[in-house]
Amino acid sequence: MSPAARTARYVAKRLLLSVPTLLLAALFVFVLIRLLPGDPAQVMLGEGADPDAVAALHRQMGLDRPAPMQFVTWLGSALHGDLGTSVATGQPVLPLLLQRFQVTASIVLSAVAIATLLAVAGGLLAAWRHGRVLDRAIVAAATISMAVPSFWLGLMLLLAFGVKLRWLPVVGYVPLHENLGAGLAYLVLPVATLAIVESGVLTRMMRASALDVQRLEFVTHARAKGASELAVMVRHVLPNAFAPTLTLAGLTLGHLLGGAAVIETVFTLPGLGRLVVESILARDYPVVQGCLLFTALIYVLVNLAIDLCYPLLDPRVTVVG
Amino acid sequence: MRRASVPAVVGGLLLGLLVAAVLISLVWTPVDPLAIDLAAPLAPPSARHWLGSDEFGRDVLSRAMVGARISVGIALSTVACSLAAGTVVGVAAGFLRGPVDRLAMTVNDALLAFPGMLLALGVIAVFGAGATRIVFALALAYLPSVVRVVRGAVLSIREREYVEASRVMGNSEAYSMIRHVAPNASPQIAVLATSMFGWVLLAESALSFLGVGVPAPAPTWGNMLASARPYLDTAAWLGVAPGVCIAATLLGVNLVSDALRDRFDPREDR
Amino acid sequence: MSAAPDLLRIAGLRLEAGPGRGPARAPLLDDFSLVLRPGEFVALVGESGSGKTLAARAIVSLLPPGVTRTAGEVAVEGRDVGALGPGALRRLRGGTVGMVFQEPMVSLNPAMTVGDQLEEGLRLHRPMGADARREACLAMLARVRIGDPERCLASYPHEFSGGMRQRIMLAAVMLLKPKLLIADEPTTALDTLSQREVLDIMAELASEAGAAVILITHNLGLVARYAERCVVLEKGRTVEAGPAAQVLAAPAHPYTRRLVGSLPSRGAARRRPAQGELLRVRDLKVRYRRRGQAADFAALDGVSLEVSPGEVVAVVGASGSGKTTLGRAVLGLVPAARGEVRFESLDALALKGAARAAFCDATQLVFQDPYSSLDPRMRVRQIVAEPLRRHRLSRAARHARVEEVLAEVGLDQLADRFPHQMSGGQRQRVAIARAVVARPRFVVADEPVSALDATIQAQVLALLQKLQAQDGFACLFISHDLAVVEQIADRVIVMRDGRIVEQGSRDAVFDRPQDAYTRELLAATPRLATSQAARNSP
Repeated sequence: MSPAARTARYVAKRLLLSVPTLLLAALFVFVLIRLLPGDPAQVMLGEGADPDAVAALHRQMGLDRPAPMQFVTWLGSALHGDLGTSVATGQPVLPLLLQRFQVTASIVLSAVAIATLLAVAGGLLAAWRHGRVLDRAIVAAATISMAVPSFWLGLMLLLAFGVKLRWLPVVGYVPLHENLGAGLAYLVLPVATLAIVESGVLTRMMRASALDVQRLEFVTHARAKGASELAVMVRHVLPNAFAPTLTLAGLTLGHLLGGAAVIETVFTLPGLGRLVVESILARDYPVVQGCLLFTALIYVLVNLAIDLCYPLLDPRVTVVG
Repeated sequence: MRRASVPAVVGGLLLGLLVAAVLISLVWTPVDPLAIDLAAPLAPPSARHWLGSDEFGRDVLSRAMVGARISVGIALSTVACSLAAGTVVGVAAGFLRGPVDRLAMTVNDALLAFPGMLLALGVIAVFGAGATRIVFALALAYLPSVVRVVRGAVLSIREREYVEASRVMGNSEAYSMIRHVAPNASPQIAVLATSMFGWVLLAESALSFLGVGVPAPAPTWGNMLASARPYLDTAAWLGVAPGVCIAATLLGVNLVSDALRDRFDPREDR
Repeated sequence: MSAAPDLLRIAGLRLEAGPGRGPARAPLLDDFSLVLRPGEFVALVGESGSGKTLAARAIVSLLPPGVTRTAGEVAVEGRDVGALGPGALRRLRGGTVGMVFQEPMVSLNPAMTVGDQLEEGLRLHRPMGADARREACLAMLARVRIGDPERCLASYPHEFSGGMRQRIMLAAVMLLKPKLLIADEPTTALDTLSQREVLDIMAELASEAGAAVILITHNLGLVARYAERCVVLEKGRTVEAGPAAQVLAAPAHPYTRRLVGSLPSRGAARRRPAQGELLRVRDLKVRYRRRGQAADFAALDGVSLEVSPGEVVAVVGASGSGKTTLGRAVLGLVPAARGEVRFESLDALALKGAARAAFCDATQLVFQDPYSSLDPRMRVRQIVAEPLRRHRLSRAARHARVEEVLAEVGLDQLADRFPHQMSGGQRQRVAIARAVVARPRFVVADEPVSALDATIQAQVLALLQKLQAQDGFACLFISHDLAVVEQIADRVIVMRDGRIVEQGSRDAVFDRPQDAYTRELLAATPRLATSQAARNSP
């Protein structure tokens, strides 16, 4: 079987294996919403809804049928892309989710990418100069950045660059594809905040694994062959030390994609996280439900994508057919 | 006994400061944290208000101290609940394996698919806010991580040769688990507990910041920061104090957690 | 020849740990001197902590962090290594001095193909076109007897066995045509047959290229076979140096004498112990399923043997021969696919409950790794007392027995220590104490001395023999080291690929081997021909 075919089969198998997890997650979301007191249809449509509409939804949701059937119906419509309608806006949930997700994704992806790059450089540098001033400085910086709350850092940066210096806008968002320049200006601060905050733990992870790998014999062997320090670090240490950092970056990515609620609130960005919070405060349960489900799906997909990267790093990890 | 390193001492000091603030706040604060003084709102730091006053004239320092108590209380309760439940599940899954393990892991993975904060938000959405509900929401949100770590520790330890030696001796699985696996897993669990304390504190602050945490007028660092937002350009210190408190506490927790991890280094385990 | 300049000149080398932290500790290496001419073969002999590896590392200035040179000089081809700039140092490393290390599993970068790693060195030291490089690599791989060199270049290290990886390492190093080859315990992690192969090739390649060799080892048999000269180190000091044959035949220094004396030797054959069958194994089959493979792999493929009470039966073979699995299987620790194991006429594999408990009390296992077989959170006393837990003994009786056993193994002073506070040899003695405290009738010893230094090995082996003779338990002694087996065994079983290829009394197997594989193993075992003579000298 060719490598491409084997990879395809592996992906399919993994997707299949994540189905039980996703089903359980969906079940959890379903149960959670049902835990609200009162008639679910009433809950869905809100307090001041038209009684006829409530009755219609009641039938449509199959609330007169046994619970498992309800779950299946709900799941069925979800799979068809129908996640209900928002109580607040009356718009279908899924398109709203996707639109907001775009915003979140653009910020989170850039931030995690930058954070990872910083972490790799910082971690390798620290490991190379282990025990010396540069190492201690990098570790100190990483530890502090791990302790700083993202919302506070965001506020402070906003205060400094947005209010006092007026270099960057304080509120608002413009999609990149509409206006690159303005769009970027709105992204700089949130991405910077997130990148700084996340880079701390990634740097420490990279440093720790680089130190472990450095002790292995093939690194000494490479030095004994006369390879330069840079070559040793990049060609020998990095590929073998990167895996745990990649895992962590992937987990971080997965979690943040589910909504960097605080960052979006601080910078008033129309992202997924802020949508969840607003919907909770507004009791817009269809949206809450949709967000939770969507987030779980994203997380599983991101994890799968990360898993597929491992064989690229470590040839010992083969895609088992 | 190894001499404590500088970071460990710093961490210890920071946490000591926190504990002191919490304990003192139980009996005394400079000013009544709830006392509104509309005559002197947004006052900069002065002799009367060491850290200034907020938009209602309330003393920031006093509110910060009480906020410490509330946040620490929530964090400790959450860690205790999560750890208790997670250890039981993790040890059972890791040691018994088989169908128990598979079931536990499937449920765990399903819960893990939700980012901690989001899960907590979801639970709060349904059950409402308030201290006990926040503890429940956060404990549930971090439970899967605890189970993962504990199970991982148990899995690696049960393969060690001294556990096999115990089996060879004819000891029951239960005995081996209690006598050999659990004590050797406790360092990892201790490190997890301290790290978790930090995560939960941060999450609680974030939830309060978003407005779905502990409701007003009770002060927590998170909601103090949230209410300071509109006034930042004129009264910047309002934003600094709560943030520094959170950062300092987290720093202390992380440093202590690191020191613990170094102390229980696998090198010693050999 | 005498006019040729020294290739290597080390004079008064002194290495210390840490840049002056706290009170001065004993140096890691003190007053070490060595002169090497082109083409010479020298062995550096010593146990762990002797400083031999550090001395070699100092030659290419690759000391581990925290170790510094505080005195003496190291000159390669007349130039002081410490005075070389980074560029010159890099040219020295690999180009003039090549190093081969011990652990084949981590000596090659798992993330790079073999070809890339071989070419890396060439690119640094011998500029040539891409085609010429490839040709050189293929030729050298063929020279180290790797079948299918083309495929080897494109493969990754994990696809090869330990012995093959060491040969690839040799190829990588010799490709650069170094004038000095340093081999640091290159075969310690390999089994006997691979060991012989790798060292033979190494010696051949070196002599062809006219390269000098420093072989670092603790194995005196290898020194006898390959080295012209040898230098013996103990705790950082040179205790003896001279022609290898002379040092080994008539060692002058007490430490050298102890080293030579600690080589296992054959004693007189013991009177055949009590008759009867303690353990009977018939047609035992154990299967493992490897990940990603379709078919099962037969770890044990129909093994039959008997052990009489009080007898020491050794099981020898290469790694993968199934000997470890056999030890585990007779104790019921791995499931058997087929066959039977009878212990004192009971079916050992089907025991449950109280019968199983009794079986566990009567049988014991001593593990190979002294580091992981003891619970790090228990004190020695508790560890040794644990097997007595279920016995109906009064507290005083239990205490007395534990003290008795600890005294027998010589650890009564250390009873309150934790494992990490003890050396490897001491820990292994704890493991043995734990094994014998409940007076078992049958003990499986799985490579119990393989991880120990030579002198410690001799002590622990002697202890095991003494206890066995005294308490009279039967022992299944698993080892890959034929020299050790020669000393301790009454009977020998030779295994290969999950099957028994030969068994018989010790003298019969060692003196008159029937099977070709046994003969190969015996030939590959480095032994001192003069070991008897050495022990006789004062």
